[in-house]
Amino acid sequence: MELLERFAAGDLEAFEALFRQHQRDVYAWIVRIVRDTGMAEDLTVETFWRIYRSRARFRPDGNFCAWSRRIATNAALDHLRAKRHDTELDENFAAPTRRDPAIQNEERQALHKAFSQLPAKYRLIATLALIEGEPYDSIAEAVGTSASVVKIRVFRAVRMLRKNLSAMGITAGVRQ
Amino acid sequence: MNHQDDNELRELLKRNIPPLGNRDLPRDLWPQMLERLSRQPFHVPWFDWALAALVGAAVLIFPGIIPALLYHL
Repeated sequence: MELLERFAAGDLEAFEALFRQHQRDVYAWIVRIVRDTGMAEDLTVETFWRIYRSRARFRPDGNFCAWSRRIATNAALDHLRAKRHDTELDENFAAPTRRDPAIQNEERQALHKAFSQLPAKYRLIATLALIEGEPYDSIAEAVGTSASVVKIRVFRAVRMLRKNLSAMGITAGVRQ
Repeated sequence: MNHQDDNELRELLKRNIPPLGNRDLPRDLWPQMLERLSRQPFHVPWFDWALAALVGAAVLIFPGIIPALLYHL
């Protein structure tokens, strides 16, 4: 019996094999969304727990990689919804710069605040599209929607970000 | 909002929040996964409860089916 068929039938060894094959991809995807390595590890385990729990619904002829990415995206989205206002931007991931550190820090704080004010589904899409540069098709597949819906959400997220930043006295790249 | 504004905002984001790309997993998470699986509560699907209730009701209403049920078990 194939590995995916054995997994769908509830074989723990098959699940372990799939876990070891895919844990790195799932982790890499989640960490790009939540930007917190410790939380990404927890959410990777949560994702595989959801995968194991819903194994009976998985079609062995389907694409396990796409299915796991979709479940990972939902787990990350649930996390963003729960932690909307207290997720810190990890300073270890801050870009190196030659600009005035005080201005840079202020700008980063403002962006963090503007980002945290975005609704979770827009924050997820904005992070993947605007920061990570992920193609719309790939985001659409992970979110379970079409590329045109992703494009619209990116547009709305940019508009909301601009509005939030403008309320803090910051326009794109130039302080007012 | 025009295309240039959009690019400026992307630049602002890139300047402050760099892309992470493909971060490597620092350790194997299988031990945590096993721990999570062991915490999994015993769960009986609703369909099994419905089936048990149906059989129980049938036995109460038609006791004559008990030998047939025992035969098929």
